[in-house]
Amino acid sequence: MSSAHRQLAGIALFAVLAGCVPLVTKSGVTLNFVMMALYATLIAQAWNILGGFGGQFSFGHALFFGTGAYIQAIAQLQGGINAWVALPLAVAGAALVGLFVGALTFRYGLKGSYFALVTLAFAEVFRILALSVNFTGGGVGLMVPLRESAANLQFASRAGYLWVVLAMVVLALLVTCWLRNGRFGAYLQAVRDNEDAARAVGVNPFRVKLAAIGISAAFMGAAGAFYVQVFQYIDAGIAYGPAVSVEALVAAIVGGMGTLWGPVLGAVVLHLLSDLTRNLFGELPGINMVIYGMVLVVIVIFLPRGVAGLGLSVRQLWSAKGGRHD
Amino acid sequence: MFDLSILFPSILNGLTTGAVYALIALGLTLIYGVLHIINFAHGACLMLALYAVYFLKERWGIDPYMALPIAIAGMFALGYGLQRIVINRAGHGKDENILLATLGIAIVMENLALLFFKSDTRNIDTAYSLSTVAIGPAMIAVPKLVAFAGALVVSGILFWIMGRTDLGRAIRAVAKEKEGAKLMGIDVDHVYAMSFGIGLACLGAAACFLLPAYYVNPQVGGGFVLVAFTIVVLGGMGSFVGALAGGFLVGVVESLGGLYLGESLGQIGIFAIFIGVVLFRPQGMFGARA
Repeated sequence: MSSAHRQLAGIALFAVLAGCVPLVTKSGVTLNFVMMALYATLIAQAWNILGGFGGQFSFGHALFFGTGAYIQAIAQLQGGINAWVALPLAVAGAALVGLFVGALTFRYGLKGSYFALVTLAFAEVFRILALSVNFTGGGVGLMVPLRESAANLQFASRAGYLWVVLAMVVLALLVTCWLRNGRFGAYLQAVRDNEDAARAVGVNPFRVKLAAIGISAAFMGAAGAFYVQVFQYIDAGIAYGPAVSVEALVAAIVGGMGTLWGPVLGAVVLHLLSDLTRNLFGELPGINMVIYGMVLVVIVIFLPRGVAGLGLSVRQLWSAKGGRHD
Repeated sequence: MFDLSILFPSILNGLTTGAVYALIALGLTLIYGVLHIINFAHGACLMLALYAVYFLKERWGIDPYMALPIAIAGMFALGYGLQRIVINRAGHGKDENILLATLGIAIVMENLALLFFKSDTRNIDTAYSLSTVAIGPAMIAVPKLVAFAGALVVSGILFWIMGRTDLGRAIRAVAKEKEGAKLMGIDVDHVYAMSFGIGLACLGAAACFLLPAYYVNPQVGGGFVLVAFTIVVLGGMGSFVGALAGGFLVGVVESLGGLYLGESLGQIGIFAIFIGVVLFRPQGMFGARA
């Protein structure tokens, strides 16, 4: 079995296992945990497409999340549009914002810390705008009315939401699998590793990075729309605040950037961790984020390739000892 | 619209706010200029300094201006330790790693503050908190005037350290040619840590000047982070003159933005400047093109 086939088989197995959770348990706590871990996986994988494979560290992915969320809410509230129809609009809107920001920043060759800061600044501009204009509900935010029915993309049980977000995650995993094995992904990683060398062999770095930010933003927009459907509420702080941007990049980095399963691993590990700290310390405000931050620092210092990198190192060590070369 | 009696106080107000911004940005630009890293935890460190000054006043009755030496020394020690123990190890030769490490530090600091001090917004009362003086048609708060003078003094001291002391010479040598400085027997790790310490010491001073007329809560640093970055980028990364001028400019832009666009939209001007400068003139006003 080739490595691409192995990855596809892994994704299928993952989909079946996660999809069967609601059939095995009716526990709201468990379902909620799996749903939120999948949601974290989605934003981590979205960030990973641009940050991990493209090497472009965005600190403002909330920009795309918030745009998706607001379009999802506004389309239903003001436009009276069905939530299922609003979803592709939200995804497209987020992707457009991604292309716009990408066109501006990549045109001028921004990278590294500058790119991180500019994306953060864009998110802040959108946050302030969302606070100030009327159609976003200003400081009050927007409340989507509760109409529980699968036709409205609202479910009485967490199971429905779980399957919806699982579908999005599987799609993101398939795109990542394509990045790992396809021609475009090779271009993207070449641009990440050495832009000049990539250009020398005929790759257009601008176009490649632009496509990556578009795809990444689209998944972020889907996550935003999903958030609105689950919580039926959005405001400027949730939509464009730094929390979502940080969660996306931390989960991807903790798990392992530029890998297929790293973001999944990171999202699950971090959610387990914050559940654990909640159980240990009760609802003390901030304690889970303290541990979050510490884990990030420790990972950056000791495991620059993330948790997935740890597995990789062990495997390399093992194969070196066994004298195998593959 | 351009009535001078409204415009003049607004500009003056902006200049005094800008002085504190400059103070925060001076520390950030020093760290950038020497270590070539962006300290994402700058805002969170300012928040810690503000809490320190707050508790010095509330618990022990130490006036913020009297607390200057304590705040400066404390923040210096924090900066020195952070650089040596955490940031230096996180680099692995990559910008982004340091960005992430400082982001992690910021998350830890902000949430520790949330844990210990709750999310309440606190401020202090001093005899001079609300007093004002008239300058022409403008009424300027006394603490803001003190902050303005203080920012000038602190940047003067920074210039002196950089230009006239052995430490300053070592810092400039390391900033320019790290390997060469190492060969000359300069302890690069020590110079890095000193620079980081001095950078945070500026925040200690800023906190003492800021608090009499401002407030503190666990999230207060976030508002200053992008403002400080804007100033640093605007002034040309690593330039002290640029940071000072950039601070004043951003203060005035925010003040005028607030005047014409309203309080909440006023800050947009800052981010617009930031995005514009980074895209079109990344070397800043005073920086040479790299």
